[in-house]
Amino acid sequence: MKYEGNVIRYGDNVDTDVIIPARYLNTSDPKELAAHCMEDLDAGFAGRVQAGDILVAGQNFGCGSSREHAPIAIKASGVSLVIAASFARIFYRNAINIGLAIVECPEAAAAISDGDRVETDLDRGILHDLTTGAEFRTAPFPAFVQQIIENGGLTAAIAKGVIQ
Amino acid sequence: MGMTMTQKILAAHAGVRQVQAGELILASLDRVLGNDITSPVAIRAFEKLGAAKVFDTDKITMVMDHFVPNKDIKAAEQCKMCRDFCTQQQITHFYDAGRMGIEHALLPEQGLVTAGDAVIGADSHTCTYGALGAFSTGVGSTDMACGMAIGKAWFKVPSAIRINLTGRLNRFVSGKDVILHIIGKLGVDGALYRSMEFTGAGMHTLSMSDRLCIANMAIEAGAKNGIFEVDDITLTYLREHGAAEPRIYQADSDAVYEETLSIDLSAIKPTVAFPHLPENTKTFDEIGEIPVDQVVIGSCTNGRLEDLEIAAEILKGRTCAKNVRVIVIPATQQIYLDAMEKGLLRIFVESGAVVSTPTCGPCLGGYMGILAAGERAVTTTNRNFVGRMGHPESEVYLASPAVAAASAVTGRISSPEEVMNA
Ligand code: SF4
Repeated sequence: MKYEGNVIRYGDNVDTDVIIPARYLNTSDPKELAAHCMEDLDAGFAGRVQAGDILVAGQNFGCGSSREHAPIAIKASGVSLVIAASFARIFYRNAINIGLAIVECPEAAAAISDGDRVETDLDRGILHDLTTGAEFRTAPFPAFVQQIIENGGLTAAIAKGVIQ
Repeated sequence: MGMTMTQKILAAHAGVRQVQAGELILASLDRVLGNDITSPVAIRAFEKLGAAKVFDTDKITMVMDHFVPNKDIKAAEQCKMCRDFCTQQQITHFYDAGRMGIEHALLPEQGLVTAGDAVIGADSHTCTYGALGAFSTGVGSTDMACGMAIGKAWFKVPSAIRINLTGRLNRFVSGKDVILHIIGKLGVDGALYRSMEFTGAGMHTLSMSDRLCIANMAIEAGAKNGIFEVDDITLTYLREHGAAEPRIYQADSDAVYEETLSIDLSAIKPTVAFPHLPENTKTFDEIGEIPVDQVVIGSCTNGRLEDLEIAAEILKGRTCAKNVRVIVIPATQQIYLDAMEKGLLRIFVESGAVVSTPTCGPCLGGYMGILAAGERAVTTTNRNFVGRMGHPESEVYLASPAVAAASAVTGRISSPEEVMNA
């Protein structure tokens, strides 16, 4: 799993209410959700984000509600990967289940700056900040989780009979 | 190696004798829950699975509670999609306007969860049922879809924090103050990925209403689940609500905990969480003059009869402060009825409060009490993130029903003692 993109950076405890405010939860259309992604934290996000961009954040990214609309909004806005120091657990499993790539790496989350260009090779657990030249290591996903991602998400894994 | 209470329930549902923290398992489920926001996404995912039928028509529960009665056309479309799906799949436990309640108040009340169950819900506060000695946790819509199809979910077995309670709560101090105090100590990610297991002599003095409130907010410390030991209070509650035969699991004496937190209930004071995180807790010695525009008493955290009773005790014979909108929301139809029969609704209306049909409404900034820019609310709900109750520049303070009711009287964040001794 290789990704390369420009970084948009946020702080700790980015919650699901700012990722996609509840006033927009009367729809589950990914495009509509993407139009309001991050709106209460950073009103300019939807206009600025480019396909392939990488989100970098601090501790507890995605805390709060179980709304799958949050990873859906991020994915539909074009973000290719989220790097955080840690993720809230429901967000973590939702992202995996819908096939949004995420990686936990406190060192990278602390060192990478807004606007940096970052390249990753997650199979080998390598994150590379092309702007500063810094390199970071992470653990690869557990096999079970990799199986879900390789099959295109949990629904696809079940539809294919990989999980029953 | 010894297992925690949560690990024992998970092992039993994975069909193995032993599980260890960090292990990934596929566990069978006793109940799969969804609401009017998360179910439509799950239904779409379910359709992609190609699974024609749900795994068990009695073990799925869908509750229309967030934007119900429908707040707008889009909300109506979402409920319609859920209603049609439940009719087509012959799902027995479908709750719509007139029969519904806020899901996490409704399921225990209707006896739909029992001790020893494994439950997932596409709603983060599904952890509430830990109060009944069940393993229950919030998941997303894809997990809900797969749970509906195969009756199973994947879990990473959590490690645990033991919370040892001693002593007994003082008057006007409740489960809400206990959990806010704990979140203030642990922080909003202090229990990330872990279970919070409640034990100790003090635990057994807590009412079921207090336990449900505490377990409800385990997620606000990042926990996967919060769980209480099963005792006579649990068994009586389960029996009175017609729940299935309980299966009692106890932590092994040599269970491994990452951390133990000891809390003396008698030392806990009324606690308020300041914007914009539930961990920003303060007690009244640190709270100055904070005027409020709105008070909300309700939600899955504090919309039960006991919560309304304490609020009514404080509001009885008093009037809500001028320029403060006070909104009371019984969490279920049954609670509404009980509150009516006990005369609580009259007390609220006479004091100048609004009484609403059960709904999540303002708790998530849906409708029925949205804040304008610069406005401030004290509320018995569970989250005070930016924009949670309306405008991103509004402020939400979390507190117990007693503090909320006292604040309704004075128009600023106030302790129940101040109002009752005035
Ligand atoms: S009352 Fe609030 S926290 Fe509880 S289920 Fe409804 S929206 Fe969620």
